[in-house]
Amino acid sequence: MKHLLSTKDLDRDTAVGILDVAEDMADVATREMKKLPTLRGKTVINLFFEDSTRTRTSFEVAAKRLSADLINFTAKGSSVSKGEGLKDTAQTLAAMGADAVVVRHSASGAAQVLAESKWIDASILNAGDGTHEHPTQALLDAFTMRKRLHGEASRGRDLAGLRVTIVGDILHSRVARSNVWLLNTLGASVNLVAPATLLPSNTTGWPVTIGYDLDESIDADPDVVMMLRIQAERMHAAFFPNPREYSRQWGLDDERLSRLRPDTMVMHPGPMVRGLEISAGAADSSRSTVLEQVANGVSVRMAVLYLLLAGAAES
Amino acid sequence: MIVITGATLPDGTSSDLAIEGGRFVDVAGKGAGSRVIDATGLVVLPGLVDLHTHLREPGFEQSETVLTGSRAAAAGGFTAVHAMANTSPVADTAGVVEQVQSLGDQHGYVTVRPVGAVTVGLGGERLSEIGAMAGSRARVRVFSDDGKCVSDALLMRRALEYVKTFGGVIAQHSQEPRLTEDAQMNEGAVSAELGLAGWPAVAEESIIARDVLLAQHVGARLHVCHVSTAGSVDVVRWAKARGIHVTAEVTPHHLLLTDELARSYDSRYKVNPPLRRDEDVQALRVALADGTIDIVATDHAPHPAESKQCAWDEASFGMVGLESALSIVQLAMVDTGLIGWADVASILSRKPAEIGRLAGYDAAFVPGSPANLTLYDATVSHVFGLEDLRGKGTNSPYLGRELPGRVIATIHNGYPTVLEGELVDAAEVALAAQAARSSREMSQA
Ligand SMILES: [Zn+2]
Repeated sequence: MKHLLSTKDLDRDTAVGILDVAEDMADVATREMKKLPTLRGKTVINLFFEDSTRTRTSFEVAAKRLSADLINFTAKGSSVSKGEGLKDTAQTLAAMGADAVVVRHSASGAAQVLAESKWIDASILNAGDGTHEHPTQALLDAFTMRKRLHGEASRGRDLAGLRVTIVGDILHSRVARSNVWLLNTLGASVNLVAPATLLPSNTTGWPVTIGYDLDESIDADPDVVMMLRIQAERMHAAFFPNPREYSRQWGLDDERLSRLRPDTMVMHPGPMVRGLEISAGAADSSRSTVLEQVANGVSVRMAVLYLLLAGAAES
Repeated sequence: MIVITGATLPDGTSSDLAIEGGRFVDVAGKGAGSRVIDATGLVVLPGLVDLHTHLREPGFEQSETVLTGSRAAAAGGFTAVHAMANTSPVADTAGVVEQVQSLGDQHGYVTVRPVGAVTVGLGGERLSEIGAMAGSRARVRVFSDDGKCVSDALLMRRALEYVKTFGGVIAQHSQEPRLTEDAQMNEGAVSAELGLAGWPAVAEESIIARDVLLAQHVGARLHVCHVSTAGSVDVVRWAKARGIHVTAEVTPHHLLLTDELARSYDSRYKVNPPLRRDEDVQALRVALADGTIDIVATDHAPHPAESKQCAWDEASFGMVGLESALSIVQLAMVDTGLIGWADVASILSRKPAEIGRLAGYDAAFVPGSPANLTLYDATVSHVFGLEDLRGKGTNSPYLGRELPGRVIATIHNGYPTVLEGELVDAAEVALAAQAARSSREMSQA
């Protein structure tokens, strides 16, 4: 694997392979000595054109646990975000000898543009591009689901038969897109629920079922309910009348939570807006995987960095 | 005197042509000492006329100038272009349009016909000095806020009415602004997957529907720029059936390329209106063949390299198109059997000149008519490359593609601007243009 740009490109075996390596990485985290020497001498650059402390930190911890040299090239507020384009930045990073660039950008396709350009030869890892994809988030979500389902017997398995409902701002969500492709590849079935304004107007080719009614989806007894964040900028753009109405119709409140099976997983990619798309009770319940998702994020990102930077040399 | 032998006319017949004093003359009178161009095996077309060109001067000379854009046009077989008003300053006064026209005259590669802005500064709020531009030396007849839509219905109504006074036309860039805020590409299955903000077909179709009804109501002439959807074709067809005075253009790229190309996130494919679905491409071809769409216009939109070497959202909209237009029309329309060369002559020369009220293109090749023509070899093909681009812009979607045809010679007002497939030197063309101007003035005196 040279780059990780999208989950749509991953076949089942590759995806399961990444999750299996992530299991190994998770084991490392339980040891006293949490560091592996695997990527010693490799330079990983965190190139964040968009602020995201949690994702940036997760990659930082992952790279350091693998002994890579990690440089944060946080572009927000610097010349980079004010028009110094992708090209100049990429050429600068190439000159610094970057082996991998973890890129977060507000423009869809930015990671692919970097990967296909001749500006830089490094492995490109998409850490979220606009409203397109966020592949490591989907991988950590899949890892979390698999772990809850199969525990110690997770290795080698996919998510066949799992029924996942994703609720919220599908239209603008890179997490939703990455999850749709990956969950389908892993054998799960995906149900999207949102007001019509927050769904793409044309979802031809999406391997999903789509509904507008969250209660109907809850009553269909899903194995996983994944709530997406509603961003503040959607509040005043006529996607829905007001937050209260959104919350009433599409929020996971305590009443809806109580109708779920005790072992139904409640997921959220964070950061959550408690009281809007998810109640505090739902976020903190035993069904919630939110904190596992954070921990698993490091393992999955270690696995991806390992496969991009060390995997190729060994195969 | 120039004599052209053995060329195939658009109607398929073969004839020799003679040119003297800037006009076609009776070939029987051809004398010794003529420059003879052997055009055996070549198609001769009337000089091509582009109703939609962005020359960028004044103000954006890093993208294109009147000279470089004129050279790109001549290389593509054009002898006249209509220069859009979105320059800096905007072409909203007599001074700017006269300046643009006179730059074109000096350089001489093509006749440059300035388009006047409909509203001051393209601001969409107040009418610009339309009458002053019409009455200026540039005698502007086409008015457009292209790049922006005249979205205010009342202002559009007034503009349509006002230009009736002197037989002008409003060329509308049909784009409902609220429906296309931050829009990046065609709204559909591909945009949904790529996470790029959608530019829905309805944003174009609803404006066209409104405008044809306005044109009908006030009995005015409307021209619809760059029609890009099957739905727009239906609206225009309906309007024509009702007898509304509407004409429509399609760009070469909308006749060939689809939104699937955006999957590369290669911003050379980012254009406004955006590339649409294959169904739209097919509908546009049929509409051009059956006359619902009147003309092909390039929407040649050069940009400096840096405004395309970036993420899709950050890239400028637009493609260059003058150098490749005829090849794309051949590929999409002629080689597919939808139209013949006589139709090409009509959609790329006679009709655009008629819409722009540009004289001299109504009786091509007839003795006495201005000698504007292009010799085209439709039998060759080659991989289109940077060396084929003669303007400043390199933002062509066709680089690396195999394209049919090649412009062998272009003659503007009786003097050559392209010979043996190469542009004639700028100084030589400028001199010839000056000589042609003074002989015209002498004959008028
Ligand atoms: Zn336009």
